[in-house]
Amino acid sequence: MLLRMNRRDFLKKALTITGLTLMGGKAFSEPSSYSTGNKANRKNWEKYEIIKARGINLEEPYAILLDLTRCIGCRRCEWACNEWNKNPNKPLKEFEESKDKKPSVFDKNRRTHAGEFTVVNRFYEGKNPIYVKKQCMHCLDPACLSACFVNAFKKTDYGSVLYNPSLCVGCRYCMIACPFDIPAYEYYDPLTPQITKCTMCFDRITENKLPACVEICPADAMNFGKRSEILRLAYERIHNNSGRYIQHIYGEYEAGGTSWLYISGTDFEKLGFPKLDKTPIPQLSKNFLFTVKVLEIVAAAPLVWTAYYMISKSKKG
Amino acid sequence: MKEGSFLREKIFLGMSLKEYLKSHATLWNFIALIILSFSFYSMAYRLFYGLGPATNLSDTYPWGLWISFDILVGIALAAPGLTVATTVYLFGIKDYKNFAKPAVLSSLLGYIFAVFALMFDLGRYYRVFYVIGWSWGLDSILFLIAWHFFLYILICLIEWSPSFFEWLGKERLKEIFSKFGIWATVFGVIIAGGHQSALGGLFLVAKTKIHPLWYSSLLPLFFLISAIFAGISMVIIESTLSHKFFIDRIKNFQKAEFESKTLGLGKALAIVLILYLLLKLLDLAHYDNWHYLFTSYGYLYLFENVGFVFIPIMLLIFSIKLKKASVVRVSAFIVALGVLLNRFNVSLIAYNWYIPFKEKYYPTWMEISLSLGIVTLIILFYRFIVRRMAILH
Repeated sequence: MLLRMNRRDFLKKALTITGLTLMGGKAFSEPSSYSTGNKANRKNWEKYEIIKARGINLEEPYAILLDLTRCIGCRRCEWACNEWNKNPNKPLKEFEESKDKKPSVFDKNRRTHAGEFTVVNRFYEGKNPIYVKKQCMHCLDPACLSACFVNAFKKTDYGSVLYNPSLCVGCRYCMIACPFDIPAYEYYDPLTPQITKCTMCFDRITENKLPACVEICPADAMNFGKRSEILRLAYERIHNNSGRYIQHIYGEYEAGGTSWLYISGTDFEKLGFPKLDKTPIPQLSKNFLFTVKVLEIVAAAPLVWTAYYMISKSKKG
Repeated sequence: MKEGSFLREKIFLGMSLKEYLKSHATLWNFIALIILSFSFYSMAYRLFYGLGPATNLSDTYPWGLWISFDILVGIALAAPGLTVATTVYLFGIKDYKNFAKPAVLSSLLGYIFAVFALMFDLGRYYRVFYVIGWSWGLDSILFLIAWHFFLYILICLIEWSPSFFEWLGKERLKEIFSKFGIWATVFGVIIAGGHQSALGGLFLVAKTKIHPLWYSSLLPLFFLISAIFAGISMVIIESTLSHKFFIDRIKNFQKAEFESKTLGLGKALAIVLILYLLLKLLDLAHYDNWHYLFTSYGYLYLFENVGFVFIPIMLLIFSIKLKKASVVRVSAFIVALGVLLNRFNVSLIAYNWYIPFKEKYYPTWMEISLSLGIVTLIILFYRFIVRRMAILH
């Protein structure tokens, strides 16, 4: 740990000396971007290997419902996530006070970074703030998984999408593929950088505990359970409070469906959610791969024939 | 050094080390040396301190200049091997036989150095062989590209090896590998077609991130066709430069013949460009993207497609009518620049298009210098080989 801290300090110095901080370094203004040495990946992957060896089959994957009308923006979920996953953290008070502080972290729309698996952003409808928690959606058919050329991702029976740090080559194509812009990268680790993202607290839910963020939420904005039950809950809530919610469960069908489901009183597009259709993202590349393979096989025949023809012609000539 | 030793005859072009170094003390070599020293510094810096300090890559822009320029542009411009070898070996158009060997060499060098540059972009470059024999991501387009790159480098090596063995004086090996040439070409066409289109296919998943004017289901086809015209224009550019700088290496040079062949290449270039432009128009109409044309991204799109596709077509038609090979050369240069602009647009500028320009990605000087160093290395290796092996005649 000491060594890591030293390296980070050294890097900061090196940055200032080489003047790199002047050149568009804005992208790294979040300190969590500098984070390295993620521990959650390996811990969860080892857990997954153990469970796989035990051969436990779950009937149905889990899901989480996030009710945006209930979220109060206390950012405790961020704190709990950092705490559980051993990411760089600050005292809980600093998270809680940002709602009323000026200037505040909410002034800027944030995304996930190497040391930050979940972030809460603030939007406004008129004068009313709407807080939107953002983390890996744990797609049913994940784009990152299909994009990975060494198959380093796994969609588990529990619903979690997990990352295997011992296979990753570091091409970062998963980051391009993810429609929610979730996977982040340890850019400041020169030798063993990892992709980092929320694991849906795989190491907790497999032990009958709630994900850290769900557990700490003081506003009861999140519910964890089997996906079909969670969907039913979402439908019920929308049905019973028709004025409060719009008729849309984000994640029910988006990109083929996700394990995090959102209900809201405001259009999702106004809250930074990408507009996605029902097609799972991997389908886009699978169609292409299929076409290419067909064309390669079809093209092979005439090409081989031409080659034979040219060889025999040159022999005669 | 002994007269007639291997080092002296094969490497130092029959000169002693002193004479050899003296003959290389030119301004251009000095410039190359400066570029390379900056480039090697950047490489070392990246390896020791990581991508974060060396580049402006971020979680929003995981791919930067190295992917856009070294891979996407580099591989498209390294396509001459595909186009010319096909014409010569498969369709038996022997008139262009002289163009085939340099084209294959530039493909080979282009691919090897593209992969070399990629090593600096990969976070864990030392694991790159995982994709070949350890863990397969069969649903990934990048997996297809990795394997196709690997195979295509082997194919280029086979196509180039006759010249190499001739240089070493191993006649038997030369004969053996010459026989493989046509088969290598057959598989080369399949493999090259596959990965050139797959480079466009990579961005199919980024439907929500790429500006609608550039995102299309036809992206793979656009990348493939533009790789073909990039290849043809690179053959024209390369032969022009070779004839300028290596004229002493070319036996029985006939200017009239060379001019007429350049015009022939110009015709092929025009045909492929027209096909591309028609498909682009179809694409625009199919997705009904007309209303984007008069936005700032629309102007960029028009700049790319009018300036670097439509205008070269006009120039080429004009040059073929008037039999002006020099205009073909200018057009080829514009077309190659257009391919560069297109790849930058798809992968950097129109990528995350909703982000304000000042928050977008700009490369650091280290990223730029590393890429420039790669180009310099390709040129130096090309020159090294052309001066020693029977490539140009």
